[in-house]
Amino acid sequence: MLHLLFLVPILPFCGFVVLALFGRWFDRRQVAAIGVGSIGLSALFALLVGFDFVIAPPAGDHFSQSLWTWINVGGFSPHIAFYLDSLSVIMILVVTVVGFLIHVYSAEYMEDEPDGYARFFACMNLFVGSMLTLVLADNLLLLYLGWEGVGLCSYLLIGFWYTDPANGRAARKAFIVTRIGDTALLVGLLLLFTKLGTLQIQPLMQLASERWVVGSSITVAAAGLLLGGALGKSAQLPLQTWLPDAMAGPTPVSALIHAATMVTAGVYLIARMNVLFTLSPVIQTTVAAVGAGTLILAGFSALTQRDIKRVLAYSTISQIGYMFLAVGVGAWSAAMFHFMTHAFFKALLFMAAGVIILGLHHEQDMFKMGGLRKQTPLVFWTFLAGSLSLAALPLVTAGFYSKDAILAGAWASDAGGRWLWAAGLGGALLTGLYTFRMVFLTFFGQVQTPFHLKPGLRLLLPLVVLAFLSIVAGFLDLPRTLGNQPWFSDFVHTSLPETKEIAGSVERNLQIVASLASIGGILLAYYFFLREPGFVRRLMMTPLGAALHRFWFVGWGFDWAYDNLIVGTYVRLARANRADVFDLPMRGIALINQAGHIVLSRTETGRLRWYATSVAFGAIVAVGIVVFVT
Amino acid sequence: MASIPMEQGLLLAGVLFAIGLTGVLVRRNIIFVLLSLEVMLNAAGLAFIVAGYRWGQPDGQVLFLFVLTMAAAEVSVGLALVLQLHRVFKTLDVDVASRMRG
Repeated sequence: MLHLLFLVPILPFCGFVVLALFGRWFDRRQVAAIGVGSIGLSALFALLVGFDFVIAPPAGDHFSQSLWTWINVGGFSPHIAFYLDSLSVIMILVVTVVGFLIHVYSAEYMEDEPDGYARFFACMNLFVGSMLTLVLADNLLLLYLGWEGVGLCSYLLIGFWYTDPANGRAARKAFIVTRIGDTALLVGLLLLFTKLGTLQIQPLMQLASERWVVGSSITVAAAGLLLGGALGKSAQLPLQTWLPDAMAGPTPVSALIHAATMVTAGVYLIARMNVLFTLSPVIQTTVAAVGAGTLILAGFSALTQRDIKRVLAYSTISQIGYMFLAVGVGAWSAAMFHFMTHAFFKALLFMAAGVIILGLHHEQDMFKMGGLRKQTPLVFWTFLAGSLSLAALPLVTAGFYSKDAILAGAWASDAGGRWLWAAGLGGALLTGLYTFRMVFLTFFGQVQTPFHLKPGLRLLLPLVVLAFLSIVAGFLDLPRTLGNQPWFSDFVHTSLPETKEIAGSVERNLQIVASLASIGGILLAYYFFLREPGFVRRLMMTPLGAALHRFWFVGWGFDWAYDNLIVGTYVRLARANRADVFDLPMRGIALINQAGHIVLSRTETGRLRWYATSVAFGAIVAVGIVVFVT
Repeated sequence: MASIPMEQGLLLAGVLFAIGLTGVLVRRNIIFVLLSLEVMLNAAGLAFIVAGYRWGQPDGQVLFLFVLTMAAAEVSVGLALVLQLHRVFKTLDVDVASRMRG
């Protein structure tokens, strides 16, 4: 069954090609059938392959499939080849299954769009295909192809409603900011290739651990450059500014690309290149610090947003911060576990928010929502399940188990583990607070805008499935203190290093503290936003409160700083260089050529006798040179 | 039979070649241009024959036969061009046909 692996990424590409070339001649039902069907089949094959992989693990716990040689030049011959190990099994299962549910949802969500239905599904299919290429790639060049492919689809889909210039701006911002990271990644790949002579991931890791010393400057440079790429793609400090603006795209896009899959590519990259990061402890600590910083900063920003999608966007940045924290402290399986549970509950939250947005005629301001609990009970209950999982309600939600594993890993880390743990704990409190602020503002209180939508089966079914997964996925990896059934960690450890263990009693205490933090966050939200809304209002009246609110609302002023320091400087430089001095040598060459052309074209008189004279003169000169000079 | 010195033969060839060239350059009537061209060809042929005679080799005369054949072919093309020129421009002045100036 494993040899069917190639179908998993190929099918979405086929769907893309059919829809991109012939989409305009299909009606909506046919477009949806092709767009959703290709991902459905891909998910089916991914499940078959994954099932086979788990039931009968191949030799060495990995399976490679080489399709053809991509390039063959001077000893450099990357293949189009897929590498399947437990890490990529988890990735392809999450990408295809969550991707399929989001496609089903989009089929109804996008139905009322006047045009672009086929374009939407073509881009979505291309995205899933690129993402699968990224996670299955056997060499870094193919990974980079997938990496750029998902970036392109992100750009195309953020700017899906291209008639509004603001959306185009958001799309360009996302593309350019991630491009900064991508450039670092590309330089990193070139560095690895020049130093180690191969781009195939497994031999590369082998060579790196054999030839390079722990902490040497070359490992720091290579891991640092790869980290740059991961920071851009995963919207971490200091390149996180693009993700909140990326919410300009349709909601299914936010769910698929900007929550569940693409933005976690950075975590995947670090996990995939774990040997390199283990070789450079400085960079790995940086990863953890960046994750901890990002999760706190984004948590505060999420707390002040009015737009429900922006709350979720900041929440995504914050949760990916947790994943970075996990890989930074070497809790590899915890990072992948949080990736999986986050994909479930965040896709669910985005899609439930999407139903609400549709029902309120594209109203996204939470302060204009309210009382939706009675109007759309099913959406409320599924949204609540996702929120509880995000806020990590103890024992019954998936988010609890994954976040707990990360916090335990942070505590066990040698490099400032207590601080990282404290940041993660603060983040847990913040997560409960902003999540339930969102829940209370949206679903409780007075009805502000009437809800006009009878959501169909295709909108609701994915919500129910994901709500189920957001709750039960946690039981895949029960910690030692609670059941001791770490199926997920055991599976991940066939391809990633083991996590450092901590004592069982310490783990239990940590769990109790973390549970208190998340429940405390939920209760605080209840108190501030449902019982005593006046308190927050009074707090915001005070000068300090207002200033902080403003500061967090704009995302800690990063956009302002970048606009003024980098964009502004660049624009001023471009203005100053209006005459384009750097191009002068180039233009000089062009001018000389042009002048020569004018002179020579004068000699073309069209007169036969003039030409004969030239020939004769030339012959005389040539003979003269032969006779007199040589 | 007294042999002619090579210098005189080459001189004659050179003079003929110069006369032909001058004709090509100064005449405007295309028929005279073609005639002058023939003179140049024959001057070159004469040089070949003189050289061949000087070295006692038949190559010079062989080459002249080739030149003759080529000249015949050239004349047929040339005359066709003359007819065409006359038909299009109603004149035989080569300077009129200068449409391809840069």
